[in-house]
Amino acid sequence: MNVLHMRLKTPDDLDKLRDDIRQKQEKDKSFLAVCGGTGCSSSGSEKVREVFQQYLNRHNLKKKTTLKFTGCLGLCERGPVVIIFPQGIFYQKVQESDVEEIIEKTFLKGEIIERLLYQDPVNGEKFIYADDIPFLKKQKRILLGNNWLMEPTSIEDYISLGGYQSVVKALTKMTPPEVIAEIKKARLRGRGGAGFPSGIKWQECYDAVSKQKYFICNADEGDPGAFMDRSLLEGNPHSVLEGLIIGGYATGASEGIIYVRSEYPTAVKNVKTAIAQAENLGLLGENILGTGFHFKISVSTGAGAFVSGETTALVAAVEGRLGEPRQKPPHLVERGLWGKPTVINNVETLANVPYIISYGAENFLRLGTEKSGGTKIFSLVGKVNNTGLVEVPLGMTLREIIFDIGGGIKNGKKFKAVQTGGPSGGCLPVSLLDSPTDFEKLNSAGSMMGSGGMIVMDEETCMVDIARYFLRFLEDESCGRCFSCREGISRMLEIVEDITRGKGSVEQLELLKELANVVKDSSLCGLGQTAANPVLATIRYFEDEYFAHILEKRCPAGVCRDLIRFSINEELCQGCDLCLKKCPGEAIRGEKRQPHTILGDKCTKCGICLETCKYNAVVKI
Amino acid sequence: MINLTLNGMEIKVEKRTTLLEAAKFYGIEIPALCYDEALSPYGACRLCLVEIGTGNHSRLVSSCTYPARDGLIVRTHTERVIKARKLLLELYLATCPSSRTIQDMASKHGVTTVRFKQKNEECILCGLCVRMCAEQMQGKAIGFVNRGIKRRITAPFAKKSEECRLCGGCMYICPACQARCQGPQEENPVCNACLNLSPPCLDYFQEAMCYMDPCVACELGTGRKAKFTY
Ligand SMILES: Cc1cc2nc3c(=O)[nH]c(=O)nc-3n(C[C@H](O)[C@H](O)[C@H](O)COP(=O)(O)O)c2cc1C
Ligand code: SF4
Ligand code: SF4
Ligand code: SF4
Ligand code: FES
Repeated sequence: MNVLHMRLKTPDDLDKLRDDIRQKQEKDKSFLAVCGGTGCSSSGSEKVREVFQQYLNRHNLKKKTTLKFTGCLGLCERGPVVIIFPQGIFYQKVQESDVEEIIEKTFLKGEIIERLLYQDPVNGEKFIYADDIPFLKKQKRILLGNNWLMEPTSIEDYISLGGYQSVVKALTKMTPPEVIAEIKKARLRGRGGAGFPSGIKWQECYDAVSKQKYFICNADEGDPGAFMDRSLLEGNPHSVLEGLIIGGYATGASEGIIYVRSEYPTAVKNVKTAIAQAENLGLLGENILGTGFHFKISVSTGAGAFVSGETTALVAAVEGRLGEPRQKPPHLVERGLWGKPTVINNVETLANVPYIISYGAENFLRLGTEKSGGTKIFSLVGKVNNTGLVEVPLGMTLREIIFDIGGGIKNGKKFKAVQTGGPSGGCLPVSLLDSPTDFEKLNSAGSMMGSGGMIVMDEETCMVDIARYFLRFLEDESCGRCFSCREGISRMLEIVEDITRGKGSVEQLELLKELANVVKDSSLCGLGQTAANPVLATIRYFEDEYFAHILEKRCPAGVCRDLIRFSINEELCQGCDLCLKKCPGEAIRGEKRQPHTILGDKCTKCGICLETCKYNAVVKI
Repeated sequence: MINLTLNGMEIKVEKRTTLLEAAKFYGIEIPALCYDEALSPYGACRLCLVEIGTGNHSRLVSSCTYPARDGLIVRTHTERVIKARKLLLELYLATCPSSRTIQDMASKHGVTTVRFKQKNEECILCGLCVRMCAEQMQGKAIGFVNRGIKRRITAPFAKKSEECRLCGGCMYICPACQARCQGPQEENPVCNACLNLSPPCLDYFQEAMCYMDPCVACELGTGRKAKFTY
């Protein structure tokens, strides 16, 4: 059966197709899921899949099982990941050479291969089943969950998992105002940054009088290190299409546009495939499933820039103009794409819509906090043991995310801060670890939810240096139109850099605060208005670190090069010459078997001697 | 007509009026560097800030780009506005001190110290020249390139543009090209800068970009004595 060549004319046709697919798939309940997500692909999962395929072909096992090259499974740190279904046996760091053993032992005989099991980084406990791994167990994967079970480019897989049922429900059993009421009741808030209630946004567009309206899906994802939207589009593109169709129906838009950064070629490819599949089946386009609703979706790509994710800049980019923000009002529902009423939602926001329609607002609300329902996907990175994508109910505490799911800080170091909300978010200290991750709490703490970036920092991170890092990013990413944003960021950076070099003064710190508040207050778009957050939040929670740099000319974390010095402890030094040979600056002197010394003026502070010395004789002060 | 409150006055303005236009009409002065009546508003200099709304929900917006809306409460001279404006002017002085327009504005608003490091930019990227060229001279000879801190004004392909008719409109409107008044205490009373100038554009281009005589660069003090004369 090639589904691509049939056209579904009624909802019943879809039900029938689903039954057919399920019947056909019943026999291969057992399948092998090889993660094809971003992280695993970069650690070689594509090769692993090929070897699996060859092995299955060669040994005539093709009829016994299917191989699925899935979207991101979440634990990118341990890639390539393979899960064997129906049991859900989880293998990590799988190499090509492991393939034969996995098939012969685990798949055919049900034996477990110890060495491929996931081991808890803290207590060393090993886990066999995916569902038991603490990283996954504590998550609530209503958006990412299906990634395990399907090939992103297989509409059959998606339909058999209940796909497009929410479209049927919305189009046949609900009026647009009812759909909007359900979204409002679910208290769905935008996952792209600002957290605006989606129901209200949809309502405004529904109320706008116009023959032509547009619905744009924002997949610009400019937050460095974040890949939530990418994983959704690559791993489960149909769920986003479904959200977009329902959004179009509710708001009265007849055209949807997905704006993807061209740096995401797989996402672009998978979305385009998905659109073609849905069109062929009659799930998209003219008269969807005979309901009389028309909706088409196209993909628009552009060179990803952080600022073009801002809504007005995004519209400009889709229209082919320079991706620069403009004054709001007029809002996009008044004057959006090509001057028509337009709604923009983030990828993840839209992926939530099918769940809400299928399972109802109550169930969605049960997952979140009082003020906002559902889950949030975070991209957990930095000095944490389990990095990857985590999806948790809104309101879970930072501590649970970082320690229970993330497995705590790498190498037994101490937690220092966590940056939420991307480059324009803020760093939160230990004292806020127990605060829930919801929109209000993060805002009042001086950070924000943003799109879900979460960077964990340990005791060896210098907070002044962190402020410098984000300012440098923003200095390049600002569009440069507003003087306050362009020059303001660059001058904040100037002062922060002086401080990291031990050249700052208390007056300058005051000026920095004053300037930060003006940049925030007087810039045109969200970028400038939040650009001071990294500065303000680090000053708010780590001001003593600023003072250490300014008054004592000392970097407590030992990061700022101008403020640290390397030296050799004569008692511990064995005169082994190792550091002397490795030092790129030829800054180390000493006779063999005699204590060595470092010449301060030649030392480039690269830290190689510290890493090299086996006797812990090199110290950083 | 749109009804709004401006500094406590109930006022009425036509649809599509901006807050800056409304304030001007009612005789309230708001500093503006990137605004010109004859050109479309651009919102780049951020000096025309006003505060809209009240209480915790109030915020600053650029009045040249913000449209008048029914029921809007606008205040043009709050503490927050004035503080921001003064700091921005201080930043302008630190960035482009050679502009007479900026110097005058700073004095008018009581900005007397500069706490930032001194830079000497010749352009504040207000975009007046670009809009002048495109909207009034029907040319599109100059435009912006790059973003963020690398943003600057240039001609397409960094070459003398075919579109340029040498009208000088861009220079006429440029606020950074208005040289600072040196005053009687000037260290060197004889300037002579307009004699035998090498226009600064020759630092970037193969040929002179205009035939303004004298080259306004003299007023900037950036021109140097050179072999090249018109
Ligand atoms: C500088 C800047 C960058 C942004 N980048 C993105 C982005 O990459 N993706 C995104 O979905 N939203 C981004 N946003 C937020 C959007 O402006 C907008 O709020 C969002 O797309 C609306 O969708 P939502 O309500 O579903 O979140 C950005 C905002 C700003 C100010
Ligand atoms: S605030 Fe920054 S990014 Fe936004 S429009 Fe102004 S200059 Fe551009
Ligand atoms: S590596 Fe260590 S022990 Fe060896 S010479 Fe250098 S400081 Fe001494
Ligand atoms: S050259 Fe002059 S008018 Fe043009 S942007 Fe620069 S400062 Fe403004
Ligand atoms: S005059 Fe309004 S921003 Fe310049």
